[in-house]
Amino acid sequence: MLNSRRLILAHFWLAFAVFGVALVLGAWQMFIRSPLHTWISDPEWYYRSLTAHGTVMGYVFPTLIAMGFGYAISESSLKQPLIGRRWAWAGFGLILVGAVTAMVPVSLGRASVLYTFYPPLIGSAFYYIGVVLVVVGSWIWVALMSINLRIWKGNNPDTPVPLAMFANVAGAYLWAWTAVGAALELLFQILPVALGLKSTIDAGLARVFFSWTLHAIVYFWLMPTYIAYYTIVPRAIGGKLYSDTMGRIAFVLFLVVAMPIGIHHAFADPQVGAGFKFIHSAFTAMVALPTLLTVFTICASVEIAGRLRGGRGPLGWIAALPWNNPIMLATAFSFVLLGFGGAGGLINMSYQLDTTIHNTQWITGHFHLIFGGAIVIMYFAIAYDLWPHLTGRTFDSFRLMRLQLWLWFVGMIITTFPWHYVGILGMPRRMAYFDYTDPALASEAMSVTMSALGGFILLISGALFILILIRGQRSPAMEAEEYRFSMAVHPPASVPVALNSYGLWLALMIGLTVTNYGFPIAQLALRQGTSVPAVYIGAQ
Amino acid sequence: MPTERLFSTANRWFRLSVGITAALVILTALGGFILLPYAQSDLKVAGLWDAICSAAGIPKLTSSASSVQPTFKTSDVIMTSAMLANPSSESIGRGATLAQQCAICHGPTGVSRADSPNLAGQYPAVIFKQLKDFKSGARTNAVMSPFAPHLTDQDMVDLAVYYHYLPRLPAYHPTQKIPAPRIVINGAPMRGIAPCGSCHGGLDNKTGSPWLEGQSAAYMKAQLRAFADGARRNDISQQMRNIARAMTAEEIEEAANYYASQPPDEYSAAR
Repeated sequence: MLNSRRLILAHFWLAFAVFGVALVLGAWQMFIRSPLHTWISDPEWYYRSLTAHGTVMGYVFPTLIAMGFGYAISESSLKQPLIGRRWAWAGFGLILVGAVTAMVPVSLGRASVLYTFYPPLIGSAFYYIGVVLVVVGSWIWVALMSINLRIWKGNNPDTPVPLAMFANVAGAYLWAWTAVGAALELLFQILPVALGLKSTIDAGLARVFFSWTLHAIVYFWLMPTYIAYYTIVPRAIGGKLYSDTMGRIAFVLFLVVAMPIGIHHAFADPQVGAGFKFIHSAFTAMVALPTLLTVFTICASVEIAGRLRGGRGPLGWIAALPWNNPIMLATAFSFVLLGFGGAGGLINMSYQLDTTIHNTQWITGHFHLIFGGAIVIMYFAIAYDLWPHLTGRTFDSFRLMRLQLWLWFVGMIITTFPWHYVGILGMPRRMAYFDYTDPALASEAMSVTMSALGGFILLISGALFILILIRGQRSPAMEAEEYRFSMAVHPPASVPVALNSYGLWLALMIGLTVTNYGFPIAQLALRQGTSVPAVYIGAQ
Repeated sequence: MPTERLFSTANRWFRLSVGITAALVILTALGGFILLPYAQSDLKVAGLWDAICSAAGIPKLTSSASSVQPTFKTSDVIMTSAMLANPSSESIGRGATLAQQCAICHGPTGVSRADSPNLAGQYPAVIFKQLKDFKSGARTNAVMSPFAPHLTDQDMVDLAVYYHYLPRLPAYHPTQKIPAPRIVINGAPMRGIAPCGSCHGGLDNKTGSPWLEGQSAAYMKAQLRAFADGARRNDISQQMRNIARAMTAEEIEEAANYYASQPPDEYSAAR
């Protein structure tokens, strides 16, 4: 039951349109700072482009995907028309207006502060207001998801919440709480300075607030991907979900442990005590738990599909899998990239090991591997899976889809593996210019060149993806069957109330925020004399 | 669905999840606040409470000895971008009167013929900071130092806004315009030198950095050398000392000659 097709399509189209633009910027950035191009002599253009790339890829694109997919999940899993569709359009409108409001000053070079803001750098107030509008737009989605579930529960008191919707609302609540950190930073610290009401800012406190958002936002980006693993993949490859309960546990675990771990982004920051860094490091290790549960469950589900298709023996089921199915291919690629990304992440979360790669290109490689690789490749899969149901038209070419996914997979590896390597060599991140003629940097030139070529492969793959969607939109109409999610081997008949509601997990999430963030924030907020003069972009 | 109470110790999920979470918080806190401070041999803790405070990030004096005081006067001016914005016309007028004593070196129109800095159109915060530093002794100069003690804070504000008010004029001794050298547009990242243009205009401007176009090459070279050998040390956070020390003699020459050859009217503050 997909009634709000136009709404969902609008979200997906806007998401992929801005994704396409940001992808071009990303490839350009890799190219001009590689040895393939002479230096453009003005780093401001690089940072301007980088700010746009990060803002779109970090805030606008995944938020729109989560929202559009969320509306689709709400309607098709609850089999109930979306309640508050007008509000949903209002949220979409806010994101559109916010994205434009933010991008105008960025394009003019008045907000080249990167998407992570980096106070005391201060850009045009319109940039931050635009980002706030995007977040407020997404909060409308959070409220709508919550309301839709509540009403459904009222009508179906004896039925367990379908896993897809349970996970979707968990993602919405996670986002609602994790966005609070950046919202506090923007509203109480940055905007007063950007509007000229203050001229100093506590950069250390701002960084702590941002870390609150910065790590859990990755799990918000990850939610649609994990929902696809559990509720699309087994069905799409002709299998069944191994365990519905395991899925519920994984999603509530994300809710609890995704957020109170962000200070591992601030290991090198002197304003946070070592004890809190250790606690956050230990809790970061905990997020491996839902991921490992997921890897186990999905591998088991895929094995069920392989065996149903006649695969035999300990590994024979792998060959029997439907490898020509784009969803199968995307899932396998996503898992491989998630494996490498996760392995790199173990270095980042370790208080001591982090010092070897902190602030190097390793980090940039890492988050591109996880987000651009493992996560975005499943966004492609979601779009491929949903598109015929949204457009009422069939896709004609699985071959093109497979080519697109292969290009993305190979391109992401060629881009990010050398990126990690130059990070180990000590190449700093957030730098626009490198003098590769210097003997100390000459050895990095080859890796950076490879990385830039990978960027072009990704660009080709991205263009191909948009082409496939456009072709899908123009292909012959067909009667799409009802959109449905994976069935579990043992469909849930009765679920413990803890795994059918969020109260307990939200309480733990907020409780851990208080224990892990309360003191560092209170200490920095109350201490006098910690503010520094703001550095305005392009001002004197 | 069975109606079981969630927030109750009778509920297994509640007991387990809260129990495990609390245990994790306590264990990691014990590790981070007690075990680790004691495990670090170079961290001297005076007791349990001291260990906890240290790990919590509460600043403390690690030594009872007084901190090392510099043998020279350091600048006490805090630069903000809002400094001296929107001056009154009275202030500019008073500045014009006061500036008569400056004209012999800095020129009646704020453009020098004596290898002193051209002040016409300079950022007011820059002029104000230098005057304050001359007065406090953070910066010394045989000619300027005797002038400064007699200036009040208001005098310095007036002078700064007056000179800022004057139009930027082409330098008295411009040479043929020369192309920007690498040090100005690229810096030397391997030696930790940011491009000159990223603070002093051309690429970007930073609060407290003067624009340099059309200034005397001799003056700029002398200042860079003074920063390099530590004779001048009123720069914010040693920014210019660190840069000048890492610059080669050729780079100092190139940067100074380049800026001296640029007409100030081509300079645009707001891009």
